[in-house]
Parts: sequence; C-alpha cells; structure tokens
Amino acid sequence: MEGRLQTIEKRKAKWGYLFILPNLLGILIFTAGPVIFSLIISFTDWNLMRGFNFIGLENYFNLFEDEVFIKSLINTFYFALLTVPAGIILSLLFAALLNRKMKGIGIYRTVMFIPVVTSMVSVSLVWSMLYDTDFGLINSILNKIGLQSVGWLTNTKISMLSVAIMCIWKGLGYNMTIYLAGLQGIPNQLYEAASIDGATPFKKFMNITLPLLRPTTYFVLIMSTIGALQAFDQIYIMTGGGPADSTNTIVMYLYNNAFRYLKMGYASAMAYILFIIIFFLSAIQYKYSKTWSEE
Amino acid sequence: MLELRNKPVVEQKKSFDYRKKIDFKKIFFHIFLFIICTFMIVPFLWMLSSSLKSQFDIAKMPPVWIPKPPQWSNYIELFKGQPMLKFILNSIKITVSVVIGQLFFSSLAGYAFARIKFKGRNVLFFIYIGTLMIPAQITLIPMYILISRIGLLDTHFPLIVPGFFYAFGVFLMRQFYLSLPVELEEAAEIDGCNPFQTYWRIMMPQVKPALATLGVFTFMNTWNDLIGALIYLTSVEKFTMTLGLALFRGVYSTKWNYVMAGSVISIIPILTVYFVGQKYFEEGITLSGLKG
Repeated sequence: MEGRLQTIEKRKAKWGYLFILPNLLGILIFTAGPVIFSLIISFTDWNLMRGFNFIGLENYFNLFEDEVFIKSLINTFYFALLTVPAGIILSLLFAALLNRKMKGIGIYRTVMFIPVVTSMVSVSLVWSMLYDTDFGLINSILNKIGLQSVGWLTNTKISMLSVAIMCIWKGLGYNMTIYLAGLQGIPNQLYEAASIDGATPFKKFMNITLPLLRPTTYFVLIMSTIGALQAFDQIYIMTGGGPADSTNTIVMYLYNNAFRYLKMGYASAMAYILFIIIFFLSAIQYKYSKTWSEE
Repeated sequence: MLELRNKPVVEQKKSFDYRKKIDFKKIFFHIFLFIICTFMIVPFLWMLSSSLKSQFDIAKMPPVWIPKPPQWSNYIELFKGQPMLKFILNSIKITVSVVIGQLFFSSLAGYAFARIKFKGRNVLFFIYIGTLMIPAQITLIPMYILISRIGLLDTHFPLIVPGFFYAFGVFLMRQFYLSLPVELEEAAEIDGCNPFQTYWRIMMPQVKPALATLGVFTFMNTWNDLIGALIYLTSVEKFTMTLGLALFRGVYSTKWNYVMAGSVISIIPILTVYFVGQKYFEEGITLSGLKG
C-alpha cells in the first residue's frame, strides 16, 4: 500500500516538473540568462558594428569619469526625491479622505485611477502640450492672473520638476489604492476607543493610522523609488533628456548609448549599476515584508 | 459591556447636531474632492478638446475649450496619413497574445508550485521570487543581441513570447491556488483525472477572479509598453499604438491636433478594459501590496 502511494506521488511529481518546465525555460532564457549575459557584456567594448574585446572593468571606471553619466545619476535620484515623498503624502491624504462609506465615493476613486491605466506615452504627450511655453494651458492661466510665462520644459532649472509633477499626478491613484487596502485592515474598534477617550481626528490619524500603516508606507516608499529610478517613457517623450541634459536619467542615457551610439558594453555597465541599486532596494523590501508578515 | 453602553450615546450625539455640523462638513468634503478630481481629469479633457481643434485654434491664446466647429476630420486625416489602423491591429494582436500566453503559463506553473509536491520546489520558487527584483532594463541589451542573432528583429516575436513568462504572474496564481480546498483535487483524482485534467477542468475554473486580475494587468502593461517596441521595431507598418504615437510626435511636430487625436484613440481600449474590470485592477494592486 505504502509503495503504491509512493509511486503515485512520484508520478505526480513528474507532472509538477512538466507544469513548471515551459515557464522555467522562459524565465531562464528571457530573464536569468540575460542578467548573466549582461554582466559579461559589461566587461567588453561590444559595439554592434565592430564586435568585441574583453576590457575588464574599464567601462565601470569610464562611467565614473563620464560627466553626463554622473549628471544622469544625480538627476535620477533628484527625480525620485521630487516624486516619492510628495507622492506618498498626497496619496495617503486622499486615501484617508476616501476611506469612508458615502454616496458617490466610488466615482472619486474611479477618476483618481484613470491616469494610472493610461499609457505614460499618451499622458506625456498631453502634458507636453499643457506645459508648452507659448500656447500651453498652464502658461495661459498664469498670464490671466498676471504672471509671466514659464518655460516648464525648456528652462533647465525647472524641467525636471515639471516632469516630476506629471509623474506624481499619474501615480497618485496607484499608491492611494494600496493605502486604501492598508486602511481597511485597521480595526474600527481602535478609532472607537480613541473617540471615547476624546481624541481629535488629527490625533487619531497621528497615533493610530500612521503607525499602523507603517508597513504599507515602507512598501510604497521602496516600490515608488524603484519605479522612479527606472523613469524612461516620460523623459523620452517630453524632453528627450534635455535641455542641456537637465532631465537625462540613467535609463534614458542607457538607451541612447545602447541604441543610438551602439555602445553595448558601456550601456550594459550602466544597466548593471542600476540593477545593483534596485536589487539592494528590493532586498530591503523583501526582508522587511518577511518580518512584517511574521509580526 | 463597555461597547453596549457607549454606542447609543455616540449615535445620539451625531443625530443631535446633524444639520448644523455634518452637512457643512460633507459639502466641504465634496467640493474638495471635486477640485482634486478636476485636476486628475483636466489633461484628458484637454486631450479630447485639442484633438477636435483646427491648426489655428491649437495655438490660439487664450485657449479655446470647445472648438467651433469641432474638426472630426482630424481623426479621418490620421487614418489617411499614417497606418493608424495597422498600429491598432498590431497592438491588439500583441496584447491579446501576451495575455493568453501569460495566463496559461503562469496559471500552470502557479498551480504546480501551490499543489504538487516535488523535489526542489521551494528552491525553485525562491529563485522565482528573486527574479522579481530584476529590473527589465538589464535584459534589454542582451535580449536585443539575442533577438538580432536569431534574425527576429523587426518582428512581433520579441514583444510577444518573452511576455508569456513573468514571475509575478506565477506568484499571484500560486497564492490563489493555495487558498482552494484539497477535497476538490481528491475528488477529481478518485474520478481518474490525471494531474493536467484535474488542473484544467477542476482547479483552473476555480481561480477565474485571479485570472481576470492577472489578465487586466498584463493587458495594461503590454498595451502601454513603449521601450520594447522602440528597440525591436523599425518598419512603420509593424509599429504598436504607443510607438506610433511617439512617431506622430516627430512627424506632426507642429500638428498637436493630430497627435492628440492619436492619443485619444490609443487610450479608448485601455479605458474600456478599466471600466469593465475596475474591481480586478484594485484587487491586483492590493495583492501586489501584500506580496512577500
């Protein structure tokens, strides 16, 4: 009897491998393999036109002497700094406002989410129009109230801020939905007990909501930072990295190096630096989410 | 006890100053949210409005909101001047293929990870989780070299087939299969089903909501993808909708009305999917927030 059960289990295990095999092959060929291949390419001067030689760590050394790369790196972190904290605060605020049962509340949630589902390309296009220095809607409003036109995407000092504002607008609904799920996990009794003790809504928010949402906030913080470090579509459409590299990001510069200048080795080294940063952030996220679920 | 005694008091208090206080609060609340929602929606209204403007109205200051008369011909011009229909069909073909492939392969692997015991299962699953930390950009260059070596540049292959395999899909499906009762499988096995039949006939139909969630997300990501199409495609007639839009930006650099008309067309399908499957979008985001 026991022997028969074992063969059944063994036969079942074979099916298990079979079910996973196609997916595993796909992941190996299209994700895991390329990650290793990418590391190898980053040690070469691979140029699509010429072939390649191994040059060791030269690409990495060159990167840190490349002013444009350093600028892109700084810009990327600046972009994350502009979008992430503001995005978190606003999405938490709206989630707290929308976390109630009331007529018509669903409509607000629906509307907030529309920018999330539409492509970065189409919203970048319309925002380029809104930001236009000469006929843009935003400048026309400024002019109406007696202010001067601003070169939203043409002034090197504010071009990144302009892109960031659009990205905050686009991502609000996403983070708000995560926060709404977090808020629904807070037991109502806590608020009732606090009401009995005479706590004001502000105090309740500071002493109950915020601390209990800490895991959600960590999650949103790390995921939004990872997203911000990968910014490409909006830059490609709105500014192309300009003016004067003021909006050049790591991925934009990587794209230009790989697919415009065909410097595959150099671009791969860039990709690896980005990979290490993101992997590090993900690992923190993974570690924390484990301790949270154990709590 | 405490709760019983206190509850009526709280309710009384509410109904007591209901007219004076709560109504005012409610109105303020709605006005505030209305303003916020206006901010969220204005760019889209502007997109629609601009798409119906003449070349002259586009540059008009102060701007016009309702063009007179609306230039519906912009949309027709777009279809005449560019292979617009091709772009739409290409995007539909790629997106639908990726969604079907992704659902099939993820659900199959997710089921095995959740319900079938085999050696090395946990190690493999750990590796899967690990691949979630890999940013897509790192695979761009090696993938481009691979695709060019096998002679499939400028085809839809690199936009479709790699899209079938995504660790997050496997992860999501596994979570759903884990929540199903064991009795279902046992009954199927007693009836003589092999594991594939058990999966296909009994288990997969149980996780339809999960398939819908993964489906709408895959649809959104694939429909909105730019960089894949940008690096692999060179012939205009093979372009996707998003790449077509980026192209319009260059071709019609001064004709914003056409670019906006293209944008409006490109967001109709994804908005339709969103309005139909809103529940699944929200569920998917909630689940991704709880992963790990």
